[in-house]
Amino acid sequence: MTRAVAIFKSFLLLEFITAFRLCMKYFFKPKPTVNYPFEKGPLSPRFRGEHALRRYANGEERCIACKLCEAVCPALAITIEAEERDDGSRRTTRYDIDMTKCIYCGFCEEACPVDAIVLGPNFETPTETREELFYDKEKLLGNGERWEREIARNLELDAPYR
Amino acid sequence: MVEAMVEFYQTPLGRVVLDFSFCLILLVVLLLSIAFLLVADRKIWAAVQLRRGPNVVGPFGLLQSFADFLKFVFKEVIIPAGANKGVFFLAPLISVTLASGAWAVIPVSATWVIADINVGVMYLFAISSLGVYGIIMGGWASNSKYPFLGALRSAAQMVSYEVSIGFILITVLLLVGSLNLTDIVNAQQNIWFAIPLFPMFIMFFISALAETNRPPFDLPEAESELVAGYQVEYSSTGYLLFMLAEYMNIVLMCAMTTILFLGGWLPPFEFLGFIPGVFWFVLKVCMVFFMFAMVKAMVPRYRYDQLMRLGWKVFLPLSLLFVVLVGGVVTIWPDLIWADVPAAM
Repeated sequence: MTRAVAIFKSFLLLEFITAFRLCMKYFFKPKPTVNYPFEKGPLSPRFRGEHALRRYANGEERCIACKLCEAVCPALAITIEAEERDDGSRRTTRYDIDMTKCIYCGFCEEACPVDAIVLGPNFETPTETREELFYDKEKLLGNGERWEREIARNLELDAPYR
Repeated sequence: MVEAMVEFYQTPLGRVVLDFSFCLILLVVLLLSIAFLLVADRKIWAAVQLRRGPNVVGPFGLLQSFADFLKFVFKEVIIPAGANKGVFFLAPLISVTLASGAWAVIPVSATWVIADINVGVMYLFAISSLGVYGIIMGGWASNSKYPFLGALRSAAQMVSYEVSIGFILITVLLLVGSLNLTDIVNAQQNIWFAIPLFPMFIMFFISALAETNRPPFDLPEAESELVAGYQVEYSSTGYLLFMLAEYMNIVLMCAMTTILFLGGWLPPFEFLGFIPGVFWFVLKVCMVFFMFAMVKAMVPRYRYDQLMRLGWKVFLPLSLLFVVLVGGVVTIWPDLIWADVPAAM
């Protein structure tokens, strides 16, 4: 009997009408899509994006070439070479990150004793060639200059939880 | 000057030139409208899923189809090593030729029809049956397993649903008494056939979905199992042509639904008659297309056995029953044959 009723109901297309009403309701709902290149979603202060090498306020670079990041990097993406500078301080002569290897784990940032290497908020890092993804010191310091305000603010916001 | 032109258009050569230009105009308008219907399809689908759909190319993404067109044309043509080249390239051509050829008999308005032939319905039926050849050939010539399976499914599906479409057409024809599409529309001046033949209207709509391989009957190109069915090995222009043929068939089916059941170019109310018929025709086609797109968004895909069951065990007996019913009614009350109505009015 219930089967007969079910068959009869299916001929009335009741399910279809219900579905149609539901779909029309959704049809007119506001769309949650973020119109990406023009709108962007919010990012956590902890967001781990593109790397940057920071400087002190007086312009001196923070990195002291302790190579802790190189040691901790699980993907072996970081290569550092260091030399004594004319004023006797220890600085890097080479600081390369292979972004094709990097897994964005953030261990380098955690290992850094002077907050020199950080993962900034920028995630739009596609390039047209593979070579452009082998970041050198110049590129990383440039990133640091470009993103310093955001990075400093994020570090400050996240500091209480560290 | 004007007289000379009129005279020229009455010569055989003039007739050919005239008909050719009519065909060209129809084709251009058709292709342009398909470009926008494609965007509409994607937009409607997106809206139901709470997405925005294409919105980058042109205002509201209206020019998306043209961007896609350019992309397809400039892509590399890849011919599978094992393919039968001749048939491989013939298949999309056949599909698109047949799909556009069917439009010759569609009356867009009371007087706007390229070929006002007396067997219009038969012609449409024949052409849409032939449409399966393009798909079968494409699937076969690709010499690859997914296209082949997709083509087989498609053939089985189109053949099964054409049977019930045939019977549904017969119920309409019984009421009209003519195979001419213009006559069919004129016969609906009193009442659109969608009302007395409501179950047939619904069944025709569903069969049209199956006939054009639209979701929920898109088994031939079920991307979760067959990648893209018979289109798998096609790239560039070949794929574009298949796509175009598919959408032409969809719009054709919308137009057929409009003509057979929704009164073609006739206005819904008598007092709205001052608006030209083309407007009503286009409006109705767009509304049917909207339903096509909505169904795509809301109904999950049928399984193959369910599809066959629906076609052979539900639609075929039901449509047969209605042929008998309508036939009986028309025999008892011959006045119901509406073909005489226009003459009487």
